[in-house]
Amino acid sequence: MEKFIKLTGVAAPMPLVNIDTDMIIPKQFLKTIKRSGLGINLFDEMRYDDNGDEIPDFVLNKPQYRDAQILVAGDNFGCGSSREHAPWALLDFGIRCVISTSFADIFYNNCFKNGILPIVLPQEEVDKLMDDAARGANAVLTVDLENQTISGPDGGTIGFEVDSFQKHCLLNGLDDIGQTLEKGAAIDAFEAQAAQARPWV
Amino acid sequence: MSPKTLYDKIWDAHLAHQAEDGTCLLYIDRHLVHEVTSPQAFEGLRMAGRTVRAPDKTIAVPDHNVPTTPGRNDPEQMPEDSRIQVAALDSNAREFGIHYYPVSDIRQGIVHIVGPEQGWTLPGMTVVCGDSHTATHGAFGALAHGIGTSEVEHVLATQTLIQRKGKNMKVEITGQLQPGVTAKDITLAVIGETGTAGGTGYVIEYCGEAIRSLSMEGRMTVCNMAIEGGARAGLIAPDETTFEYVKGRPHAPKGAQWEAALAWWKTLYSDDDAHWDKVVTIRGEDIAPVVTWGTSPEDVLPITGTVPSPEDYEGGKVDAVRRSLDYMGLKSGTPLSEIEIDTVFIGSCTNGRIEDLRAAAEILKGKKVKDGLRAMVVPGSGLVRAQAEEEGLADIFKEAGFEWRLAGCSMCLAMNPDQLSPGERCAATSNRNFEGRQGRGGRTHLLSPAMAAAAAVTGRLTDVRELM
Repeated sequence: MEKFIKLTGVAAPMPLVNIDTDMIIPKQFLKTIKRSGLGINLFDEMRYDDNGDEIPDFVLNKPQYRDAQILVAGDNFGCGSSREHAPWALLDFGIRCVISTSFADIFYNNCFKNGILPIVLPQEEVDKLMDDAARGANAVLTVDLENQTISGPDGGTIGFEVDSFQKHCLLNGLDDIGQTLEKGAAIDAFEAQAAQARPWV
Repeated sequence: MSPKTLYDKIWDAHLAHQAEDGTCLLYIDRHLVHEVTSPQAFEGLRMAGRTVRAPDKTIAVPDHNVPTTPGRNDPEQMPEDSRIQVAALDSNAREFGIHYYPVSDIRQGIVHIVGPEQGWTLPGMTVVCGDSHTATHGAFGALAHGIGTSEVEHVLATQTLIQRKGKNMKVEITGQLQPGVTAKDITLAVIGETGTAGGTGYVIEYCGEAIRSLSMEGRMTVCNMAIEGGARAGLIAPDETTFEYVKGRPHAPKGAQWEAALAWWKTLYSDDDAHWDKVVTIRGEDIAPVVTWGTSPEDVLPITGTVPSPEDYEGGKVDAVRRSLDYMGLKSGTPLSEIEIDTVFIGSCTNGRIEDLRAAAEILKGKKVKDGLRAMVVPGSGLVRAQAEEEGLADIFKEAGFEWRLAGCSMCLAMNPDQLSPGERCAATSNRNFEGRQGRGGRTHLLSPAMAAAAAVTGRLTDVRELM
């Protein structure tokens, strides 16, 4: 997993609430057995018309947002299915950070596993960043994970919260499985005790 | 000892490790696997030279991609990408030595129907699957939730999940349901009340007299859609109804182990004075047969209602409703019961069980599907299908004009050829009405199996009570 330390990039505004995982990556693209290559189909049904041509009004099709690395989104982003194809598609497009008032749990968790930082902020602050993002090519935000701050184009700085374990993993690009296997003895001990207590499992 | 909720009790019984910063390793008793969210996880294991830690606790079944038409054992029936995905599951199951139900096995079906049916899912367990509707298994008083593919790989390798504990939310449905009102109406009504993010960060326990009165099938329907309310997991304390369902299933404990298990299962309830972070109470009598009108499961109204207007809402929802109505091709103020449909889909992990088919057949008996309407029943598993045939339900569906399909996820998420065309409107017993969910441009109205059957007869969304 690529480390996430500090990101400076264009932020794209997506104020729609309840952007679900079917919108992020429709099911016809879940038939892959790989993690890569999904960026071209990110937001497929909002981004392309029935002929496969780009819909010019869609935010990520506008010239100033084509290289966006940050999304500022409406409430409850990533609701719906557990498909990790959603963060894979975001990442493959180049999005490393999503900011919203709230995220669906499974999507939120999936982001961290892929080096994407999801940030939850109060409504007023998301509104402010949404305005910043609407400035197009000037909508450059800097997200500093180490110091847990977002700086906007006008120089203002907003702080954010992040789980200490998730932060540690992102800053260092750590693989969860490797870390858990280091606790193998605790798992062995638990398994032995559980086999006694609940032998039918 | 401080009072605990059911969730607290299951959590505590599965806590394998807790770090100083509060990060926990939760031990997983059952890991269900399907073809769409697992290939990258198995590939990850291979790349790192890792194995499956507990193959005996890992159960795989293909369901999302599989065709539901006859002759499907021939892989040539599948498009190449689907065939590759199912073939990958076949070979991964063999290579890693996990339990497997291929399409040729009568026990194959939707993973969340197969697990309980085979007795893999038991009270007090932790159950995960790379699918958000894993919440279904919570009906047994198991802590069950969906995970992403990275977590699938983590569970395969370590049999644990890195977790932080969620908050406790109680959803109480008091009293009894009115005639024509089902478990599906309960679960949709709850989401209508709390919103799709109302349960975010919580584990829901459903309780109250109306929940107690439900069969296991009904309880699975209720828990299945906990995720649509934002909660990763929903659960119901096990009771005699649960024990009765579990007893004798192929992988349920037997003999002395059954007695030991039963003794523990009977301790699995929330203590009277347990702490709840959030409580929602709904009177069972107040729940009507409901349908969704928009593109979020929270867009729920009684069938007697009318299509709302964006002005009825506040904040970001105003634009979302405008967009929904445009997508759904609906005008504000139209009575819901005047909305004409093109397709009826009965099936899915929400409503593909025997009781769902019985409820639909009860309405359809002696009636015909409206001319020109496409209607299909997709049983949730091969065994549900066989039982429905034995009970004569299949004949009722076929005589009414329904297609009688083989088991799979089918048109719930339309990964196989069962899809809506642009603009086509469907009354569906599934769980999501998102844009494009059942096919690009397709329009979905969620409802109960009985309501779906009623809609099939009249060709429009219909109050099932008119046909009872």
